[in-house]
Amino acid sequence: MKNSVEETSKSNEVTEDLFVKAPLDIGKSEEIGTPAVSFWREAFQRLAKNKGSMISLVLLLLLIATAIIGPSLNEYTYRSQNLAHSNLPPKVQGLEWLGLNGTDSNGVDQYTERDVQVNYWFGTDEFGRDLWTRVWKGTQISLFIALVAAALDLIIGVIYGGISSFYGGRVDNIMQRIIEVLIGIPNLIIIILFILILEPGVRSIILAMIITGWVGMARVVRGQVLQLKGQEFVLASRTLGASNPRLIWKHILPNVMGPVIVTVMFTIPTAIFFEAFLSFIGLGLQAPLASLGVLIEDGYKSMRFFSYKLIYPAIIISSIMICFNLLGDGLRDALDPKMRK
Amino acid sequence: MKRYLVQRIGFMLVTLFVIVTITFFLMQLLPGTPFTNPEKLTNQQLLVLNAKYGLDQPLGIQYIRYLGNLVQGDLGYSFQNVGRSVSSIIGERIGPSAFLGLQALIFGSIIGLILGIVSALKHNTLFDYGSVTLAVLGMSIPSFVFAALLQYYVGVKLEWLPVALWEGYSSTILPSFALSVIVIATVARFIRSEMLEVIGQDYVITARAKGITEQQVIVKHVIRNALIPVVTMLGPLAVAIMTGTLVIEKIFAVPGLGEQFTLSIIVLDYSVIMGIAIFYSALFIIVIFLVDILYGFLDPRISYKGEAG
Repeated sequence: MKNSVEETSKSNEVTEDLFVKAPLDIGKSEEIGTPAVSFWREAFQRLAKNKGSMISLVLLLLLIATAIIGPSLNEYTYRSQNLAHSNLPPKVQGLEWLGLNGTDSNGVDQYTERDVQVNYWFGTDEFGRDLWTRVWKGTQISLFIALVAAALDLIIGVIYGGISSFYGGRVDNIMQRIIEVLIGIPNLIIIILFILILEPGVRSIILAMIITGWVGMARVVRGQVLQLKGQEFVLASRTLGASNPRLIWKHILPNVMGPVIVTVMFTIPTAIFFEAFLSFIGLGLQAPLASLGVLIEDGYKSMRFFSYKLIYPAIIISSIMICFNLLGDGLRDALDPKMRK
Repeated sequence: MKRYLVQRIGFMLVTLFVIVTITFFLMQLLPGTPFTNPEKLTNQQLLVLNAKYGLDQPLGIQYIRYLGNLVQGDLGYSFQNVGRSVSSIIGERIGPSAFLGLQALIFGSIIGLILGIVSALKHNTLFDYGSVTLAVLGMSIPSFVFAALLQYYVGVKLEWLPVALWEGYSSTILPSFALSVIVIATVARFIRSEMLEVIGQDYVITARAKGITEQQVIVKHVIRNALIPVVTMLGPLAVAIMTGTLVIEKIFAVPGLGEQFTLSIIVLDYSVIMGIAIFYSALFIIVIFLVDILYGFLDPRISYKGEAG
């Protein structure tokens, strides 16, 4: 065995002169192969690859746009009553084959029966209010409540979590003990108790929701900042003489943004759910104002004979929740630096 | 471990105390008096009534007295149902709620585990996509919207199951199912992602390499290890179920605690609202605590030091 190896190596011996040295280019090692992509750009590229998230994003934008312009697409307002046109089923010109032909649960065409000339796209409620207008107005209000509540949670949470983690030591200790007590309180119970003593309305609902809502955000921010504070790039920047504001704005904040955005994306559907929940148990907005929860509650009461009153707001609230959840999932995957390839 | 337990129990008590205090003082801020038709009462009668319920005492004394009674399990008397104590109302109402909640939790966990495990084993197949879609739907659609639709289509239209009320086992099916949707979705999603992570671990490769059957690898190594983190979901799920009972019992007219709570809110029966709120909160805190402890026992990698996490 050994002999044969020696023989072959002799016959085609590899000599020194067979090699040619590659020219040494000093600048080459410093060159970067691909152009540098910023973190946000890369995150967006990853998000764009996630079909579910992109569809959700488009659908959400559509829903928001319809919620804004929808109520003004016909001549009715969300509060104008017309008792002669009460409880009309939905009817849309050209979509009769979809069942939107104005017939009620007994198959009677209410529009010809009552000689109604105009069409109500989503039907009308028991006071003859146009449900298309009310549903989109309600979507508007529900989204407004959720967005404002999420924004306030964000502000309070970032400030609280930021202070707690930035100062550390005793301040952090005390602030954390407060959080540990608050986190144990069931949100919904406290929200219900607060709504009971506040005057019903949009402002009270938002206020009640943020009383305990900010705690989650504060925890996320604190955890992130604590983790980042000890990392090498922050230390490096500090060693190079960066000031505290520069450290916060340039290094900590951009890196905290990812988890914060994801938390906000999950706060919004929770807020929409709470609002609808409160309205459903009778603690929501007062008539004639509408929110998705109020409409679902109204629709539920009369679903046996007028199921269309329940179905439209139910579809819209479910779509909004699904879209926010899918978008949140997508963003979490896209913004997680560990997923970077 | 011992120190951790003591610390956790301490926090539990503080949280509970905070809840009781908030509830007590919030109820004092409520408009109106606890008595129906106070305008029909003479001043003399009002004085007698206030003295009877201890409402003539300063707020501080009332508060301390409330705390004292609470420790002994006395939550006061209902203002609307004359002569009924809040504890007896809770005791009477807890049965149906507990039954529905447990049934939903057990049923939901089993279905969720099956869905999640099968879709992890058939990763990236049609079944997988289907169950992931179902899970997203289940987590997103509000439980009461789903319950209302379920009641309409299965109860009213198809007439397969009772529409509402609490008469026999068949009337528990729809509310339990409506409650379990969130459990199915959460468990399925969680166990699926856990299993996919465990399948890639070194010890699974080792198990395969030593030549045991695929079935053994999956059952003994993958599922077992993937199950542990699922326990952490039990706490949030129990809370979701408790929240769900509030509205779902209202929808299906189940004579449970949630229905009593929503009813008391409508008629403003303050002492009952307070009592149930405190009861729910205590239950919530204890469940979370037990789940944390259970998790520590199941996963030896978790060690409880003095620091509460």
